[in-house]
Amino acid sequence: MYRYVLKRLLLVIPTLFGAALLVFTLLRLIPGDICEMRMAGTGGYYDEDSIRICREEMGTNQPMLGQFLSFIWGLMRFDFGVSMWTGQPIISEIALRFQLSLQVAIMATIVAILVAVPLGTISAVKQNTWVDYVVRGISIAGIAMPSFWLGILIILGLLISTQHILGTPWMPPISYRPIWEDPLYNLSMLIWPAVATGYRYSAVATRMTRSALLEVLREDYVRTARAKGLWEKLIIRRHALKNALLPVITVIGIEFAFLMGGLVVTEQVFNLNGLGKLFVESVINNDYTMTQALVMLVVMVFIFVNFVVDICYAWLDPRIRYS
Amino acid sequence: MKAEAIAVSVPTDIEAELAAARLPFFKAFGKWVRNQPLGAVSGVVVIIMILIAVFAGQLAPYDPVEAHYEAMTAAPSADYWLGTDQFGRDLMSCIIWGARTALFIGFTSAILGSTLGLVLGVTSAYFGGWFDLLFQRVMDVFLAFPLIIMALAVVAIFGTGPENVIIAITIPFVPRCARVVRSNALTIREMPYVDAARALGYSHTRIILRHMAPNCMAPYLIMLTTFLGQAILLEASLSYLGLGVQEPIAAWGLMLQGGAEEYAESAPWIAIFPGLAITLAVFAFNLFGDSVRDTLDPKLRAR
Repeated sequence: MYRYVLKRLLLVIPTLFGAALLVFTLLRLIPGDICEMRMAGTGGYYDEDSIRICREEMGTNQPMLGQFLSFIWGLMRFDFGVSMWTGQPIISEIALRFQLSLQVAIMATIVAILVAVPLGTISAVKQNTWVDYVVRGISIAGIAMPSFWLGILIILGLLISTQHILGTPWMPPISYRPIWEDPLYNLSMLIWPAVATGYRYSAVATRMTRSALLEVLREDYVRTARAKGLWEKLIIRRHALKNALLPVITVIGIEFAFLMGGLVVTEQVFNLNGLGKLFVESVINNDYTMTQALVMLVVMVFIFVNFVVDICYAWLDPRIRYS
Repeated sequence: MKAEAIAVSVPTDIEAELAAARLPFFKAFGKWVRNQPLGAVSGVVVIIMILIAVFAGQLAPYDPVEAHYEAMTAAPSADYWLGTDQFGRDLMSCIIWGARTALFIGFTSAILGSTLGLVLGVTSAYFGGWFDLLFQRVMDVFLAFPLIIMALAVVAIFGTGPENVIIAITIPFVPRCARVVRSNALTIREMPYVDAARALGYSHTRIILRHMAPNCMAPYLIMLTTFLGQAILLEASLSYLGLGVQEPIAAWGLMLQGGAEEYAESAPWIAIFPGLAITLAVFAFNLFGDSVRDTLDPKLRAR
């Protein structure tokens, strides 16, 4: 097991390094110089002096290799530099919003698993009945439906239904309070974006659960369990589902990328001040250092999650470790 | 010269037999429709959408940017079938013109992305060795970027607008297709006809493009059709964020951006119909892609 973890870890390092190199190069691909873009973007008058000061601040007057090394060194200490737009250290801007995005991401994952595993199981057990068709319809729709539209529909539904029931339209609160301070307030705000993002997530996981379970149900050990006269529910829960969940775990890991992408869009719909919104704003404001830091952060989280998923997978299925 | 001579000397009766063994087009098509009823239905929807996109100018009842001040946020009626938005623009016309934008960007980026992926994947498999290894690691790096994050990063550099959106969507598609094509091309590289081509002294380019790439059509088409739905969804998301297609070009994502939430209560049709258009388009393209995959990849047919 240790050897497998080590081997996998060694694969992570070049990928991370390559990603850092790519992000670093992307920033240098911008037509013209960052400082010129920044000065021209503000529309004001600028001269050689202010450009020179800006370049010194940004470190772009250093040789490329030196810049790259200091970028890597900064990444290792979680020091992403200073935002070009607000002038604040990027790490403090991220820290402000990290909690909210993390909570929505975790809630969306929980929503997805809570929906996907039971639905996928029912659909597989009752294969080719109307239950199966309904579940498959729901999951295909979930993949086709953009999460921002689902978000808008949720807001629409909330407004109209509260108008009917309470008499006055109710909207989820906008300012964030941590869950340990005011759990009800916090959940009434974040459950909606979690559902909007989690639906797509669950759709993919449902399909995976269904097809994995269908495969496992044809295995010999399931037939043996049935021949022993075991209770069908027990067979599905203990024998089949346990083995079928392996590919589901992988899908949840892979789809985590979509979750982060989904967050970018849903935070916009629900006007949440999270990392996704910060990302979109940084792109709109041409805040290149912030964009660079956030892309790098997402990639690091994504690589880390995939690493953890791989380790879990190997831990659950010894065949992978020894191959 | 010698190669041509060999090609001509193939006995013609074998070719005739092969032609006889092939099903006539209509019969084969009928069989496909019977095996893939959902695929056939979604194929019809896809064709209708393409027709709507092509004949947008003839089909749209109004100019999509024309503001009807006498009918702002008007409910669906005989004059405005799907209602109007907060500026009095006819939603139906906007959706019809939006289909052109969505399908144009979707098809262009899906075709570009999968074709580049095809060439790169086959090249990597053909040369093998350290080149393949290095190429694989580079692809790993690209795949570490989630789709929309990569697209947003590209938009951050090149800016918004249809051409840049196409670039932004194409770039993340390339490594995804290259990886799938490469694994298929690895088996094709061992085929006798590739050896024969090499023995005849053909150039690498010719072997890659004329001998190997055409034999990777199945994974290529599978990826291409999968990308179509994704590209439409991605374009809508980018436009919704204000980082894709810009006004005055009609785009579904753009229609959901401004008034959809603000007028959610008084004019829900502004929010409902463009989203329905996106969902229907992605749904049809996904189903079509699924049936193409089932047809071309017999290994997956059992599922």
